Amino acid sequence: MDFDYSVEQNLLRDTLASYLADHYDFETRRAAVAAPAGWRPKIWADLAERLNLLGAPFPEEFGGLGGGAVENAIVMEELGKALVVEPYLGTVVIGGGLLKQAGGALAAQWLPRVIAGEVVLAFAGAERQARYDLGQVATTATPRNGGYVLDGRKTGVTGGPWASHFLVTARTGAGLSLLLVDAQAEGITRSDYPTIDGGRASDLVFEQVLVPADRLLGAEGGALPLVERVADEAVCALCAEAVGAMRRMLAETVVYASQRKQFGAPLASFQVLQHRMADMFTALEQSAALTLVATMKLDRPADERALAASAAKAQVDKAAKFVGESAVQIHGGMGITEELSLGHYFRRCTAIAAQFGNADFHLRRYADLSLAAA
Amino acid sequence: MNLDYTPDELAFRDEVRAWIKQAYDAELKQLMSQSKNGYLDKAGQVKWQKKLAAKGWAAPGWPVQYGGPDWTPTQRYIFQSETSAAGCPIVSPMGIAMVAYVIMEYGSEAQKQRFLPKILNTDECWCQGYSEPGSGSDLASLQMSAVRDGDHYVLNGSKIWTTHAQWADWIFCLVRTNREAKAQSGITFLLADMRTPGISIRSLPSLDGPIDGEQEVNQLFFENVRVPVENRIGEEGLGWTYAKYLLQFERGTAYGSLLRYLLAKIRRIAREQPANSGGLLIDDPDFRRRYAELAVRVEAVDAAELRFFSSVESGTAIGAMSSMFKLVGTELQQALSEFAVEALGPDALPFVQDSFAEVRGRAPPVRPIPDHAAAVTPLYFNYRKTSIYAGTNEIQRNLLARHVLSAAGVRG
Repeated sequence: MDFDYSVEQNLLRDTLASYLADHYDFETRRAAVAAPAGWRPKIWADLAERLNLLGAPFPEEFGGLGGGAVENAIVMEELGKALVVEPYLGTVVIGGGLLKQAGGALAAQWLPRVIAGEVVLAFAGAERQARYDLGQVATTATPRNGGYVLDGRKTGVTGGPWASHFLVTARTGAGLSLLLVDAQAEGITRSDYPTIDGGRASDLVFEQVLVPADRLLGAEGGALPLVERVADEAVCALCAEAVGAMRRMLAETVVYASQRKQFGAPLASFQVLQHRMADMFTALEQSAALTLVATMKLDRPADERALAASAAKAQVDKAAKFVGESAVQIHGGMGITEELSLGHYFRRCTAIAAQFGNADFHLRRYADLSLAAA
Repeated sequence: MNLDYTPDELAFRDEVRAWIKQAYDAELKQLMSQSKNGYLDKAGQVKWQKKLAAKGWAAPGWPVQYGGPDWTPTQRYIFQSETSAAGCPIVSPMGIAMVAYVIMEYGSEAQKQRFLPKILNTDECWCQGYSEPGSGSDLASLQMSAVRDGDHYVLNGSKIWTTHAQWADWIFCLVRTNREAKAQSGITFLLADMRTPGISIRSLPSLDGPIDGEQEVNQLFFENVRVPVENRIGEEGLGWTYAKYLLQFERGTAYGSLLRYLLAKIRRIAREQPANSGGLLIDDPDFRRRYAELAVRVEAVDAAELRFFSSVESGTAIGAMSSMFKLVGTELQQALSEFAVEALGPDALPFVQDSFAEVRGRAPPVRPIPDHAAAVTPLYFNYRKTSIYAGTNEIQRNLLARHVLSAAGVRG
């Protein structure tokens, strides 16, 4: 048992942190997310080419750096600290994760493109009627002429407007299947919208979209275990991102409380605020540790993996809400404005809480996994 | 970075499990299942600790030169997890986990030889003389006086909340030797034989309703009690320094495995108690939701402890983080004990005062409720202590805030 980061892992963190310090200050980010495009392809290209970051969690045989889930967590925590909107989660953690799990020719062909930054992937798994249940899918993929015809609707596809390809779950006769679909394919109607955290998302309608047979990930009808596993990887990555955001919120709160004076004394001298900050600290520390534990359990048997991921998401969502609300409260009126970065971290955490299962969803899943029928 | 045990660690875990299986016998189990405060009676407590000592496992945190087992942090974690998961009794901390560390760090060679082996083997039991009727959280205001008279100190005053003083052979005390100095610098650390004339004990029965003689806390009165100067730890007037050193050990425990054991107890209750609308409580959605919320909090504490204790070297003091574990660990102890009471429903009502009666051959009390229910409500009452002792949780928040503010390079 070992909780220490390796030399390479520390280097990965430091390299990314130093790049973001130079290129991702809050004001530039604010302008970028307010512009029509909503992201900076130049940043994405830098992450791929200059930092070789997109290969962090992939085996060397695909051109990756040989890391795994811990590397994803390191990257996501740093991205969380800088409020990065570029689609590492969608492209590397989820898209790359699904390709890696599926293996075969598709992985060999596409993972190097992911790592090179040539493709941007977005996960189209959620459907309106299913809430967070990724197994509940109405979209169909009907075999025809050796390929598939895709029909249905997907919602909440984060990074949708930027994607070159979608990873789409669809029902085939055999069960749930997963397809890699060109974003420009005929028959896809995309409605784009901004999200509360400054990001972009899309709702997609598929009408008679033709997908070649070699774009099927894994076995036909065998996608559910794949999707469930990668959803847990996404959960852990989001938790790590939220931990990064919480670190910034607590740090900014501590600085503000030490500088801001009322009644002739710094806010930090008032015990009621000290205790609030102590509770923010404990919420954050526990979240960080549980996220690491869940990340390290991603390779365990499915039930154990899912239990840990659900515990982490339930804890982190609750903690991030507490830390965010407390940070806003201690900042007073300034905390509710868009001028400080603080509120943008709070928004991002609120968005994270609504993705890949909110706390209610994960508490239910945790209970079902841990309280076997009597 | 990985969570896996090495083959050696797995072998060690199996060795611990096998040992628990034979050492944690039916009598000890029966006592433990009926314990209202986590302790056994004195005979049971001594029996358990002597078994540990015979195996060489009584004092996991001690350096090997004093009889510690020379475990890695991971081995210590495994040992604690396994004993807690099996529901084993806690080792009475006052000797092994408290005064011993002060003796090792600040005691004379003679004191080490005189006291440490008997602590390790539970040949002598200890109690702690810190709090006074007028000095709780503000411990440095303590007033019990020790006046030098030749080769002795003469003690007068009172100590309170003294756990198991009625079982103790020795007490370690903070006393005031100088009233002129600043509060903290007039304090001295003394060891006193409990048989010394002038010490008397008043039982303070707590809300869990102990029978006489089994009470957890007491008040002590000292009337012209003569303690040899050779029983002083270190220097006169430096007692506060030694006490602060010890406090870190008092708070430096891991709670995760105990909390997991409490969760298991709740699951057991829920599998036996009926639900309101038929079926069993364990299938009740409200119960399941609340269980999950608490269990996730336990997972979070456990993860933080695992991360922290897996990198802490044997016997080292652990500073501000111990405040965090004390805070969240005890809040969860209380929350789980409260949840257990509510899981019992109407079975929370009947009170069994002498819960050890059957196993000790005393007149059995009327038991209108199942065995698993007997000690639950008393434990809830008893656990109110956890957010008060070892520095109240409000004090822990003060200490944590100081850490948070100073770690950020600012001072509140």
